[in-house]
Amino acid sequence: MTGNDLQSYAPLLLHLTLAMALSGVLVLLSSLVGWRRPSTTKSQPYECGITPTGDAREPFSVKFYLVAMVFILFDVEAIFLYPWAYIFRELRWFGFVEMILYIGILLVGYFYLWKKGALDWNRPAVRRDRAS
Amino acid sequence: MHTLIEFAKPILVPLICAVVIVAVLPLVAGYIVLLERKLMADMQARLGPMRVGPHGLLQPIADAVKLLLKEDIIPEEADKAIFWVAPLISVTVAMLAMAALAIGPWFQIADLNIGLLFVMGIGALGIFGIVLGGWSSNSHYSLLGALRSAAQLVSYETAAGMAIVGGLLLAGTLSTREIIQTQDDYGVWFIFAAPVGFFIYAVASIAETNRAPFDLPEAESELVAGYMTEYSGFRWALYFLAEYTNMVVVASIATTLFLGGWLRPFAGTKAFDFLDYLPSLLMLVFAGYCFYRVPKQPVKIQQAVLAAVGLLLILLAGILAAPLLVPAGSLVADAKAGLHGAFWFLLKVGLYLYVFMWLRFTFPRYRFDQLMHLGWQFLVPLSIVNVMGIGLALVLHRQWGWGHLPAFGLTTVLTLAVAGWLAWAGEKKEKQRAIVGEEA
Repeated sequence: MTGNDLQSYAPLLLHLTLAMALSGVLVLLSSLVGWRRPSTTKSQPYECGITPTGDAREPFSVKFYLVAMVFILFDVEAIFLYPWAYIFRELRWFGFVEMILYIGILLVGYFYLWKKGALDWNRPAVRRDRAS
Repeated sequence: MHTLIEFAKPILVPLICAVVIVAVLPLVAGYIVLLERKLMADMQARLGPMRVGPHGLLQPIADAVKLLLKEDIIPEEADKAIFWVAPLISVTVAMLAMAALAIGPWFQIADLNIGLLFVMGIGALGIFGIVLGGWSSNSHYSLLGALRSAAQLVSYETAAGMAIVGGLLLAGTLSTREIIQTQDDYGVWFIFAAPVGFFIYAVASIAETNRAPFDLPEAESELVAGYMTEYSGFRWALYFLAEYTNMVVVASIATTLFLGGWLRPFAGTKAFDFLDYLPSLLMLVFAGYCFYRVPKQPVKIQQAVLAAVGLLLILLAGILAAPLLVPAGSLVADAKAGLHGAFWFLLKVGLYLYVFMWLRFTFPRYRFDQLMHLGWQFLVPLSIVNVMGIGLALVLHRQWGWGHLPAFGLTTVLTLAVAGWLAWAGEKKEKQRAIVGEEA
C-alpha cells in the first residue's frame, strides 16, 4: 500500500526529530562527562607535529570545480531517467526511442568532454605541453 | 481508550520502528566495527580483540564509554558553529535515509511512493557533513580530505544513480515495498536480470561510503585522517557512526533492488520450503559454538557472558522457529512473514557488508587519478549503456515477444562487450601515458 498523500511523509518528521535528538544528546553527554584540559598546542591544527603555517583556506585546484560542473550535467540526466523508468511500461518502444535520442545527444557532450580532457585528472597542464 | 488506540495506530508503528532504528543502529554500527576488526585479524592471521568480553564481544561498548569520556577538542582557529553542526548533519542524514527502507514486510518507518529516490537523495546529503567538517577545521589535511571526498562522492553518485535506474526499469516503481513485491511476482531477483547494473552499484557504493580501496578522503598514509583529522571524542565517533550507517543504507538499497529484499531464496518454490528452517538452524549452530567455547574462557565472568550469548541465540532460534511449528492461522504463525523477512533481509545486508570488508582487506588503495578515471571513464558510460541495454531487453520481451533468457542474455552480452572495450581503451591510454612519462 503506497500512500499518495502527504500523510505518508509524517513519520519522516518523527524519525528526523529522533535522529537529531540522538546525535545532539550524545554530543552534549560527552561534553558533560568528558574532561577538559585545554592547552595552546592542543588547540592548534594537527599537522604531524610541525607548527602549522598560515590559514588552511587557500585556493585549491580548479579541477574540483570542473568535476562539480560535469557532475551537475550528468546527475540531472540521471534524475531525468527516474520518471522515465517509472512509466517505461506505458511508453513502450516509443519511450525507448525517445530516450535513445536524449542519451545520444548527451553522449555527444560526454565525448566532447572526454576529448577535451575534462574527465582526465592528471592531464598535464597546457603550458608544460608547449614547453616540451 | 479504544478510540485513542485507533487514533494512535497510524503513528504507533512508525514510532516504534523509528525508536528501534535510532536506538539500535549505534549498537549495530559498533558491532560491525568489531566484526570488521575480527575479519581483518582473521585474514591477517591474528586474533583481533580478545580481552574485553569473550572474543572481544563487549569491545564496542567499552569503546563507546571510552569515547564518551575523551576530551572534546575544538581547534582555536576552527569555525566553531559549523564544526559543531557538521557531524550532527552526517549522522542525522544517514539515519533519515533508513526511513524509507523496508526491513522485512513489517518493519518500515514510512512507505513512500518515491522510496528509493528519497533514500538516494537524502543519502547524498551526507556530503554536507563531510565538506563542512573538513572546511571548518581549518587544517590542511581536513580541507584536502573534504575536497577529495566531495569530488569522489560526486563522481560515483552519477554511476550509482544510473545503475539504480536499471533496476527501476525492471520494477516499474520506486516504492521499496513494491520493488520487492515485483521480484516476488517475477520469481527472479533483479541481480540475474541486470548483473552489470549490480556490479556498477556495488563498486559505486563502496566509493560513496568512502571505503577502501576508495578511501582516499581519509587515506591515513597521506592525510592523517582526512576530513576528521581535527575531530576527537564523541564527535569523531559520530562521523564513524555516520559512515557505518551509510554502509548499512547502501547495502539495504542493493538488497532491496537487486537481491530480492526480504525474500527467501526460491521463495515461490514449494520444494525449497525446508529453507524456512535455516534461520533457526543457523542460530542453533552459533549457540552451539558459544557453548563449546565456554569452558575455554579464562575468567568466570567471561564464561557467564558467553553462556548468556549462547542462551540468547537459542531464544532467537526459538522465536524464528515458533511460527513454523504452530498450526497456520494463529497470530504466531502469521508472524512468520515479519520475522523471517527481517532475518533474510539482514542476512543479505550482512553478506553485502562482508564483501565490502573482504574487498577492503584484499585491494590496495587507488590513486586519485585512477579513481576519477574509473568513475568517469568506465562506470558512467557503462551505466548509461546498461540502462539502455535493460530498456532494449524489456522492449524485446514485451513488444516483440522474445523470451526472458534471449532478451536479457543478448543485452547483457552487449553491455559486457562495451565494458570490455572501455577497459581496453583505458588500459591503452594508461600505457601511452607511461611511455610519455618515461621520455619526459
